[in-house]
Amino acid sequence: MPTFVYMTRCDGCGQCVDICPSDIMHIDPVVRRAYNIEPNMCWECYSCVKACPHNAIDVRGYADFAPLGHSVRVKRDEEKGVIAWRIIFRNGEKDMNLLAPITTKPWGKHIPQLADAPAPSQEMRDGELLYNEPKYIRFDDGGLHTLEAAGLQLKVGVYE
Amino acid sequence: MGYKTVVEDGIDILVCGAGLGGTGAAFEARYWGKDKKIVIAEKANIDRSGAVAQGLYAINCYMGTRFGENNPEDHVRYARIDLMGMVREDLLFDMARHVDSTVHQFEEWGLPLMRNPKTGAYQREGRWQIMIHGESYKPIVAEAAKKSADMVFNRVCVTHLLMDESKENRVAGAVGFNVRTGNYHVFKSKTVVVAAGGASNIFKPRSVGEGAGRVWYAPWSSGSAYGLMIGAGAKMTQMENRIVLARFKDGYGPVGAYFLHLKTYTQNGMGEEYESKWFPALEKMVGKRYLDVEASHLSHRPIPTCLRNHAFINEVNAGRGPIHMVTMEAFQDPHLEEIGWHNFLGMTVGQAVLWAATDVDPKYENPELTTSEPYVMGSHATGCGAWCSGPEDLSPPEYFWGYNRMTTVEGLFGAGDAVGGTPHAFSSGSFTEGRLAAKAACKYIDDGKAEGIRVSDEQINRRKEEVYKPMEHYKLYRNEITAGSVNPNYINPRQGLDRLQKLMDEYCGGVTVSYMTNEKLLHIGLKKLKLLEEDLEKIAAENIHELLRAWELKHRHLTSEAVMHHTLFRKETRWPGYYYRGDAMKVDDENWHVLTVSRRDPKTGEYSMEKAPCYHLIEDKQETAEAA
Ligand SMILES: Cc1cc2nc3c(=O)[nH]c(=O)nc-3n(C[C@H](O)[C@H](O)[C@H](O)COP(=O)(O)OP(=O)(O)OC[C@H]3O[C@@H](n4cnc5c(N)ncnc54)[C@H](O)[C@@H]3O)c2cc1C
Ligand code: SF4
Ligand code: SF4
Repeated sequence: MPTFVYMTRCDGCGQCVDICPSDIMHIDPVVRRAYNIEPNMCWECYSCVKACPHNAIDVRGYADFAPLGHSVRVKRDEEKGVIAWRIIFRNGEKDMNLLAPITTKPWGKHIPQLADAPAPSQEMRDGELLYNEPKYIRFDDGGLHTLEAAGLQLKVGVYE
Repeated sequence: MGYKTVVEDGIDILVCGAGLGGTGAAFEARYWGKDKKIVIAEKANIDRSGAVAQGLYAINCYMGTRFGENNPEDHVRYARIDLMGMVREDLLFDMARHVDSTVHQFEEWGLPLMRNPKTGAYQREGRWQIMIHGESYKPIVAEAAKKSADMVFNRVCVTHLLMDESKENRVAGAVGFNVRTGNYHVFKSKTVVVAAGGASNIFKPRSVGEGAGRVWYAPWSSGSAYGLMIGAGAKMTQMENRIVLARFKDGYGPVGAYFLHLKTYTQNGMGEEYESKWFPALEKMVGKRYLDVEASHLSHRPIPTCLRNHAFINEVNAGRGPIHMVTMEAFQDPHLEEIGWHNFLGMTVGQAVLWAATDVDPKYENPELTTSEPYVMGSHATGCGAWCSGPEDLSPPEYFWGYNRMTTVEGLFGAGDAVGGTPHAFSSGSFTEGRLAAKAACKYIDDGKAEGIRVSDEQINRRKEEVYKPMEHYKLYRNEITAGSVNPNYINPRQGLDRLQKLMDEYCGGVTVSYMTNEKLLHIGLKKLKLLEEDLEKIAAENIHELLRAWELKHRHLTSEAVMHHTLFRKETRWPGYYYRGDAMKVDDENWHVLTVSRRDPKTGEYSMEKAPCYHLIEDKQETAEAA
């Protein structure tokens, strides 16, 4: 496939259509549910799987090398900041549950609005520093690296 | 066509493509350009677009200067040895001296970085890599870009850059179309930061049929960064330096954490260590310094990635495949086993799907590795991309024309895969480059360099006609046949892609010819690419989705042509293991210790090639000793 949609679970909400980086999740005009229109341009990136509110999308490994009968399911929760995976092998003998954090902070709250940051001085504009540097480079009072400070120079030719 | 034209005027900074480079640019632009209009045009949805769409399990470029781990110059030396000397060291040094500040910000924004419980420093995977729980890496950086940009246009595929008509060789914005509404979008902008990513699917992939999307670099990495810049006449560098990856077979699961953190190793089909066996012969091709195993051991200087590929490829060709990754030892430790699986789930889920489907449990079975088809990109262990200015305080005159990361087209900047000669930037370095480009773009505007830009309606309308031509062509000829996809008047995007991949593979050193090419083959390849270019004028798109594929293909084609010209120009085998010039099988430092630079004349399509000097960081001590 590699992604496919279960007919009974999909309500055609379009979240998968909105998110697929490959533009291949589309709503079928007849059944008004989503499907993968171009499986050979699917990366199995799971972006659509994670976005579907009804767990209607699943993945079946690429037909050119993956046999049938396996399952890799996922549930991503932005509120709780975690992602849960379940992997079941084709032979059913291995069944793994794995959990990982996706963020350590309430979603999006700790990203600064740079429009509100104090304006940079002319000296900073003319220099090489970026926003919040040099502090953010080292969290000490060391400045930005330059060639001179490090006793280095650039020289054309073959090096040893 | 009944599509509306939507014009966005008065833009100061237009970011084309918002992956890691583009989000960095949009974020930083707001700080240096508080009053400036910042707009993003992205062909997908910035929350999950680009190479990092499914996440990453490691940040591959972090100095750790704060923890006394590395300095920027250390990274420069590492990247240059890995690329056999051919890098832009000014750009590398510049990226490396800023990259830690980017990573520290990521942590503050909530990206979970693992820490070493003993030292308090970030958990290292290798000397330059730190481990993260990065499933949401992309949505987190997208959030930052959204907070800074005035407008985000998702689902707009940028097809061309607009050029200023009052001053030659100056950019004036971009055009594209919305893949949902079909509308034609015009962005008139004083500067453009192109961050539209590298190129997959240029060479025939190992996967076939339904699996063709299972390439290592994302199938939506369409080489647009190169296509847009080449089309505008920007100079490109190191386009011959495509990359071949050694990865887990079929799924292309990453091997970095396995080698570096889990301490797994490879062996041939007989269970033997094979790599070092190929080094003596290889030494004759490339010289001793790259393969001095003892020196490497003492200085932690790695054997270049391409040379390790060479050993892999030759061992397989000698009939001693498959190459296995020895995981059975490491995976007995449950903690390491978990890391091994998380590594896939966080960035290449397809590999986990494959092992589950084939009952490969790496705890009890050593999985197979393979070498991939080649890719064209500028931020991984390879440095294709635009020839850009370096920063004022570092760059020698040949590398400096005023604004950091500005291409040879005025007002046109690059970031990430778009910038040439800067390998080993990876995700954090690409974001950092976006920040650097954005600051420079603001300065360019503040210096009054973007005054008096003029774009005529004629230019806008001409591009519009060009953009929708594949759909017109389809309509015109569709009814000449009964049904199906075989038509004497056109090819569709998939057919065109198949042709491109086949000829790049066979003539430019892809997988089926064991990465081998030569002058004769390259000349034939160039001829076939020209014929394909003519046919691409007749490409047919049945709907807007196919129109997207048509333009991706055109960008891939422009990228391929540059790769072919560069490969022809550099008459040596600089990177055995990435590709071989069969008619010049050695590294030739006397003639080719230079960077290659190309330019395609936008009016005639003719290529011109030149050599540019390769500058290296030399320690003062060494200089003094030499002088004495
Ligand atoms: C499988 C894999 C594993 C990797 N592992 C690591 C790792 O462990 N650590 C690490 O640090 N790095 C890793 N990388 C590398 C990292 O992802 C890249 O270096 C980085 O994403 C490059 O940034 P970029 O902005 O140049 O390109 P991208 O992030 O790919 O962004 C390009 C953007 O441009 C958009 N675009 C393309 N064409 C157009 C167009 N015509 N119009 C409008 N928009 C367009 C795309 O949709 C995309 O959003 C990995 C990459 C891959 C694929
Ligand atoms: S897995 Fe990724 S590429 Fe495939 S359909 Fe879903 S979002 Fe698109
Ligand atoms: S997100 Fe889920 S429910 Fe919504 S259209 Fe897609 S498959 Fe259907």
